[in-house]
Amino acid sequence: MSHYEAPIRKPLVTGDKSYHDVTVDIARPIEGRANKLWWIVFSIALFAFLWGLGCIIYTVSTGIGVWGLNNTIEWAWDITNFVWWVGIGHAGTLISAVLLLFRQRWRMAVNRSAEAMTIFAVVQAGLFPIIHMGRPWLAYWVLPIPNQFGSLWVNFNSPLLWDVFAISTYLSVSLVFWYTGLLPDFAMIRDRAKLPFQKKIYGILSFGWSGRMKDWQRFEEVSLVLAGLATPLVLSVHTIVSFDFATSVVPGWHSTIFPPYFVAGAIFSGFAMVQTLLIIMRKVSNLENYITVDHIELMNKVIIVTGGIVGTAYITEFFIAWYSGSPYEDYTYLSFGAATGPYWWAFWALIICNIIVPLSLWWKKMRRNIMWTFIVSIVINIGMWFERFDIIVLCLSKGRTPSTWAMFSPTFVDVGIFIGTIGFFFVLFLLYSRSFPVIAQAEVKSILKLSGDRYKAMREAQGDDVQLYELPKQQPLPDFEKLIAEQESQQEDVVEESGGLAEKLILNIGKASKEVADDLKRLSGVGPALEEKLNQIGVYTYNQISNMTEKEFGILDELIQKFPKSKTKFWAGEANLLNKK
Amino acid sequence: MANYTLQALYEDDDHLMKAVKETRSGNHHIEEVYTPFPVHGLDKAAGLKPTRMAITSFMYGVLGLGVAIWMMNFMMIDDWPRNIGGKPSFSYIQNMPAFVPIMFELTVFFAAHLMVITFYMRSKIWPFKKAENPDPRTTDDHFLMEVSAEKNNVQSVAEFLHATGAKEVTLKQS
Repeated sequence: MSHYEAPIRKPLVTGDKSYHDVTVDIARPIEGRANKLWWIVFSIALFAFLWGLGCIIYTVSTGIGVWGLNNTIEWAWDITNFVWWVGIGHAGTLISAVLLLFRQRWRMAVNRSAEAMTIFAVVQAGLFPIIHMGRPWLAYWVLPIPNQFGSLWVNFNSPLLWDVFAISTYLSVSLVFWYTGLLPDFAMIRDRAKLPFQKKIYGILSFGWSGRMKDWQRFEEVSLVLAGLATPLVLSVHTIVSFDFATSVVPGWHSTIFPPYFVAGAIFSGFAMVQTLLIIMRKVSNLENYITVDHIELMNKVIIVTGGIVGTAYITEFFIAWYSGSPYEDYTYLSFGAATGPYWWAFWALIICNIIVPLSLWWKKMRRNIMWTFIVSIVINIGMWFERFDIIVLCLSKGRTPSTWAMFSPTFVDVGIFIGTIGFFFVLFLLYSRSFPVIAQAEVKSILKLSGDRYKAMREAQGDDVQLYELPKQQPLPDFEKLIAEQESQQEDVVEESGGLAEKLILNIGKASKEVADDLKRLSGVGPALEEKLNQIGVYTYNQISNMTEKEFGILDELIQKFPKSKTKFWAGEANLLNKK
Repeated sequence: MANYTLQALYEDDDHLMKAVKETRSGNHHIEEVYTPFPVHGLDKAAGLKPTRMAITSFMYGVLGLGVAIWMMNFMMIDDWPRNIGGKPSFSYIQNMPAFVPIMFELTVFFAAHLMVITFYMRSKIWPFKKAENPDPRTTDDHFLMEVSAEKNNVQSVAEFLHATGAKEVTLKQS
């Protein structure tokens, strides 16, 4: 019964896979060659990235004035993109941490790629605050370090500084969590690699992982503790991002609902991005047996829940804006004014993409339809971008004084940088999908007997207590006593082959026998192995050692491989001392 | 006299667990087991002590919290108090609500990173470290148990391991 799982649960690994099949399937995309489609998509992504890079260089060299910002809307695309990317970066840690704590086994197939997505998305997010500083070479000013202004420290009361700590902690902890999980999988690739270059690279990447039982025990506990730490961390990060708005006095921003609603929205958009990426990846890398339709349906269920929270929050905000009776609330991003004003299209894009379209996932047929899921996931990504755009631009566009009301229109630089980060993200993800084990194969193997269809079928056919393995064909046992005897005689041969050198040595330093042997291990550089070799030659006592001169050490150097000749200058002294005791 | 190590190779985790239990009850010493994935219950069956990684993490977390409190008290209260929107700049405890986010973040930062570094150091894994699994198949689908033997009982231990159903039994070359 050690591998029992209720038969009603659908298998998480299909295709009759054994342990070795898992290895082969996960290693295939790395060991094979990239196909044409990969190169086409990679080229497009690279081009977009270079385009964005050009826009960033233009921004930095000319100034933030090249963006579409104006006196009223002094924060727009940059912060929208920042929040959008951080939000996407939430699903990975949620899958790897929260679902680990809840012992959800289906996470094993998707956690690696979701975490990779998280890291790449947070990298994109981190770019925006640095670019929008205008002088990115002064980015270190956000760090609490002694400085040239007479130790004028950073302001720890500011949510913007909390962001610095939250994002950098989140990025670095996610990276470490991801990398630690990768070590055994890199080791698998390393041990399969045939080309010396690959072997070397994956050898370095795997940190020399050997899979000892103590390492695994620590690995599992470290994973669990990291999951426990990452869970509040992931909630804190988007909470703090929402503080950037919630602690201000702008109508529509100073809202206590922001932290939970931002977190739910982040998970909502993150899962949508995971769906977008994995639906493509499972096809391109032939991983349909690991990322099954059931996985996609389960993720769709998470999307329903978080989308429901987000929808409820929208309706609450809308209701409160009306119910408060405050004229300032008339044009917050969720209000009657927003729905009918000049930004009506942004308002309805948000409602349609984030509430109405995802409602289709309540139907099981739609949830399990891969094409529809893919479309919905892209729609949600667009909708969540509009959510941030609405919060930022709509709320700013009609503030407390009508004379400052303004509209925002982005320039090609705004758009270019955003497209550039999407390109950068896909460049990183495409490189990852060809060089990293995209599924945590060690973890999948550990649940294979529970949830693999091969073993579920065995239990169904023969009962829950069936032995789930066949005894291997045993190789005949060699005669170890003979083997050891042969090895030892070879060693003795070495002494005899030395052409009487050993006899000459003993003649010079005097004979001794095993009965009067001293502990030669106390001499510097002598371990049990060397002591045994010395004994074989006939050197047993400190007295003999103290009789040795340069000439005798030379003989020993010839007789014994890896003889620590540099240490012998101490031996005579040490032997004399030890002899007196 | 010289000690010898026998390596028994298995193809399945359940089979390995059975062999580990038999080896322990047969009063043979298991030196090491190499597995391609975490086999649940193996550490207990092989008689390993529980790991203390979680305890170190807790201690590092407390350290991180202490560093955060010390740092913000020094910078915001002691060294250069500033009037920011009339917030209390003279007392750490009164200004603390604004410091809670960073106190939390640094606690997590220290607990996570220092624990992982401890794990890497204790398990001796770092870049350019050479792998020490004796057989490359142990990262794929094979399981290897190392059992120590004396010169005079090598053969009997090997026969014992053979009887547990090991696919191959070999002598470790020192």
